[in-house]
Amino acid sequence: MTDPCASERDGDLVVLGGGPAGLAAAATAAEDGLRVLLLDSTPWLGGPIWRPGPGATPPRVAQRWLARADSAGVTIWPQATAFAACPPDVLHVERGRDVCRVRWKQMILAVGAHELFLPFPGWTLPNVMGAGGLQLLVKSGWPVRGRRVVVAGTGPLLLAVAAYLVRQGAHVSDILEQASWSALAQFASRLAWLAPSKLWQAATLQTRLLRTRYRPGCWPVAAHGADRLDAVTFTDGTRRWTRDCDVLACAFGLVPQLRWPGLLHCRLTPRGVWVDDYQRTSCDRVWAAGEITGLGGVDLALVEGQIAGHAAAGNNLAAARWFARRARLQRFAAQLDRCFQLRTELRFLPTPETVVCRCEDVTWRAIEACSDVRAAKLYTRCGMGSCQGRICQTALQFLQNWSADHVRPPAAPVRVGSLAGADQEHADAERTELP
Amino acid sequence: MSTRASDIRCEIAIVGGGIVGAACAAEFAAEGCRVVVLERGIAAGEATSAGMGHLVVLDDSPAQLALTVYARRLWHALLPQLPADAEVDVCGTLWVAESDEEMALVERKRDVLAGGGVAAEVLAVDELRRAEPQLRAGLAGGLRVPDDAVIYPPTVTRLLLARAADAGAQLRTRVAVRHVEGDGRVHLADGSRVQADLVLNAAGTGAPALSPAAPIRPRKGHLVITDRYPGWVHHQLIELGYLRSTQAAAGESVAFNIQPRRTGQLLIGSSRQFDAETSDVEMRVVAKMVQRAREYLPGVEALSALRIWTGFRAATPDKLPLIGPSPEQPRVWLAAGHEGLGITTCLATARLLRDRWRGHASEIDAAPYLPQRFTAAGGSLA
Repeated sequence: MTDPCASERDGDLVVLGGGPAGLAAAATAAEDGLRVLLLDSTPWLGGPIWRPGPGATPPRVAQRWLARADSAGVTIWPQATAFAACPPDVLHVERGRDVCRVRWKQMILAVGAHELFLPFPGWTLPNVMGAGGLQLLVKSGWPVRGRRVVVAGTGPLLLAVAAYLVRQGAHVSDILEQASWSALAQFASRLAWLAPSKLWQAATLQTRLLRTRYRPGCWPVAAHGADRLDAVTFTDGTRRWTRDCDVLACAFGLVPQLRWPGLLHCRLTPRGVWVDDYQRTSCDRVWAAGEITGLGGVDLALVEGQIAGHAAAGNNLAAARWFARRARLQRFAAQLDRCFQLRTELRFLPTPETVVCRCEDVTWRAIEACSDVRAAKLYTRCGMGSCQGRICQTALQFLQNWSADHVRPPAAPVRVGSLAGADQEHADAERTELP
Repeated sequence: MSTRASDIRCEIAIVGGGIVGAACAAEFAAEGCRVVVLERGIAAGEATSAGMGHLVVLDDSPAQLALTVYARRLWHALLPQLPADAEVDVCGTLWVAESDEEMALVERKRDVLAGGGVAAEVLAVDELRRAEPQLRAGLAGGLRVPDDAVIYPPTVTRLLLARAADAGAQLRTRVAVRHVEGDGRVHLADGSRVQADLVLNAAGTGAPALSPAAPIRPRKGHLVITDRYPGWVHHQLIELGYLRSTQAAAGESVAFNIQPRRTGQLLIGSSRQFDAETSDVEMRVVAKMVQRAREYLPGVEALSALRIWTGFRAATPDKLPLIGPSPEQPRVWLAAGHEGLGITTCLATARLLRDRWRGHASEIDAAPYLPQRFTAAGGSLA
């Protein structure tokens, strides 16, 4: 076939997501003998964490996994968005202007996590952004040199982001860590025997050297500016400060991407997708690895990916060899979770006028009057816009304790034309095998 | 039968908090009746929110024309009072003719509508192109019905219920009705009861569960919504063959039907399926529907699709709603079976029922919508 996309394909194993977990899963399963197709919706493999800037090369660990996937014969489709599974064993995949169907026998979900945004007055101003998004923006050339930046949120990521921004020439005046001193001290005391890497230490060292003010027990309450950000007001619960700045980078944590698990009706836990020891989900022939099973960072994602890859290939013995290391990393993740749990005060940041759903301009006042997520969607259109609730529904899970509404295809926005291409009869004549 | 402390007494118990139940609640409450609305989920949570929100005159039969014309007149009295979140847009309907044969039908449709007092304007090929430049070349023409409109049904339903509440009506959500007796007793799933002088069964596809002889079958539909493209199309666009699709008695059919929302988003429809097993989105049906839309609007392909959903219409064998006494239950009246037209016709349904309750003559002949038409014809309702 000259056009691989106007067709249907068969694969033993389809891996959704080409971040660390997906790459490790795909390479491992292929090394165990499966024919593997790896789909990622972005042009790069490695996920946001391993994405290099323009002209830069991916980190060495990323290169190693890419090489393993390559030599094991993994078929890789970048810029391929899987958007539906209907009938359940047929994936509908958009690739640029083409659409194709992939019949899968086994699937590994490794679609990662997205940033949690918390609404507060002024959070919709230009230059108030997610720390992860800002990092990607800077990597793709957005000039941050000379800009005054405040970093706010929680967790070790704050320090990593601040250190990165400083290296790029930004003036990071303050780091607002919402966790208290005592929580941090507790975390630090356990770090000695739990830490999987030196990330924390290195980042702390860097920021201290650069005289950025690190402020535990502080959080932003308002961002100010007419058409873009001029200043941010933050508090420690009693006092308030206002700091002039050009950019406010927020990192209140990550949230598992649950659209695909939702589409497949995988059982969930409060942390993410439920999996057994072998990373098997409650869905037949579907495994999950990485952040969607609960946030744990890149080291845990790699281990889970390898377990899922081995298990999908029926190599349970090899999978089990990783159990001890996974348990250790999970203990560390649980420790992080406990220490950097979001404080209750953050639920009370939005005022009645604060826009919570940016796509549909829905205010906190309108949402507070609703009984649940479905009522909010119907009566206020909250979450019905172009991001399909990725931002506001996630925030509302924290603010209101609302559970997510059920998921319907497409899993991500696709061209209307891609829906037309999903006709069964039309493409049945042109079936090809995976290479 | 003894009454219990937990029992509620009222004049009118309305089962179903969709737009039909809400319209009835507003109408009867405004008359001074003590009204209780019983909704198993949340208001407007089912077919009302799954549909397009098109206020449209249809002429499948003289009775359908009379009902939709009457209803649209009632809507035009209400529309100016609706708040911004009702997303009112009097964009008109543009019926699109594919061929010269269909153009002949356009002329006939214009005359039928004129007979019902409905303004409509035949558009020649070039006028059609000017009115909607996104339509493909080679179409034959169209018929513009300028007074048709679009609303956002969930917020309008809430508004109607708020009006009913202001007039003293009680709304109870998340209460399932288990059983309705012919003498006006309503048994709720929580064990309590409502004793009413009259029960209005406005439960849509759920109506036969309470009035078993009501000849209603669920008819599944799919809709796709896009990102915002303000001004991309200007009218609700429907293929002239649309009524053929609604008439197909069995199986599944699709028709080109696209609606611009006030937000700039586009709703792409429509599909009709009897005997669908689940509410799951079926990509096979979506594909057919989008292919049909593409035949009229080639550019639709490049737009971004955000969401797809399904809903179930309450369909009757003759495409007319069931409005009036249930033949088997003396104190139960039906307000159901509107298929895809409940948004349009709800105000007329409520008015007809109120007139009947008060013993007034109605503005239009209510006979074609009486549920007894099915008993008279064949003895058995189903």
